[in-house]
Amino acid sequence: MSQTGRTKEFITGMQDEMPILFGVIPFGMIYGALALDAGLSPVEAQSMSWIIFGGSAQFISTQLFEVGAPGFVIIFTAAVVNLRHALYSASVAPYLQKLSSRWKFILAYLLTDEAYAVAINRYYREHDPVCCSQYYFLGAGLLLWTSWQLSTLAGILLGTVVPESLSLDFSLALIFIALMIPLLKDKPSLASAISAGITALFTFSLPYKLGLILAAMVGVIVGMILESRT
Amino acid sequence: MNVWLILIAAGLLTYIIRLSFILTYNYFTMPGWLQKALRFVPPAVLSAIILPEVFMMDGDLAFTLSNERIFAALASVLVAWKFRSVVLTVVTGMVVLYLARYLL
Repeated sequence: MSQTGRTKEFITGMQDEMPILFGVIPFGMIYGALALDAGLSPVEAQSMSWIIFGGSAQFISTQLFEVGAPGFVIIFTAAVVNLRHALYSASVAPYLQKLSSRWKFILAYLLTDEAYAVAINRYYREHDPVCCSQYYFLGAGLLLWTSWQLSTLAGILLGTVVPESLSLDFSLALIFIALMIPLLKDKPSLASAISAGITALFTFSLPYKLGLILAAMVGVIVGMILESRT
Repeated sequence: MNVWLILIAAGLLTYIIRLSFILTYNYFTMPGWLQKALRFVPPAVLSAIILPEVFMMDGDLAFTLSNERIFAALASVLVAWKFRSVVLTVVTGMVVLYLARYLL
């Protein structure tokens, strides 16, 4: 395992994560500003970004803090909102199985929507990872982590300076499109994506992002049924 | 309840969820059907994140021409499919989004 291979993977991971920052940085700033409005102290607001490290859960927790919800409700809600990460965990687990526990503990901490979407593309492109693809994951995850901390800080200090009319949040959806399309290699995966997407539209009103989990499960089942027929 | 206790408990639960399969994978054999199922997780999850971002406006389905996100998404699907470039896909999508907003 050459040093250069590791460095190259690390840097490539960071590079591939970079476009995501256009969507993540405004999101982090909005979170920082909202957390202060909700009555959290600057230190508490900043700490939530590394203790929970998950945008959706942080937004919902912030709202709950603001309305004075009981602690166990906030804890439970944040956990349910993050349940979808169990799917990501299962999805990357086979690729990480040979790594040391230390790597697993680190990469699990960095396993967010945005790092997962980028990393799993790397694993799918390279079916038998040559070496060091964990460095790719690390690079992508660390860049995202750092940006999330700094944009939270910027939101706390400056408020949101990015005008909402720029719709930068939508760039995240576009990146996910770019990451999804190469995965649709055959009919079962295409059907899986379509059915999951449609389910997500009709389950959108379910709380705690449960619609997302339900939709993913429908997509997986549809994919499996189609695959077993061919 | 103390804010710090809440944060730490929520963070720990989140971490356990993220760690769950990664840490336990070597200790049990995943049934074959489950391994096959995992292949569909990325396309299904990504699509389930994308479609509501495109088609939902203020909590309602918006299959209308005034929803410029639809045009932006269509354009970016085409670019992603043709060129396989993340940057080009995002730039195209955002340009179409702004253009559609000012033209429609």
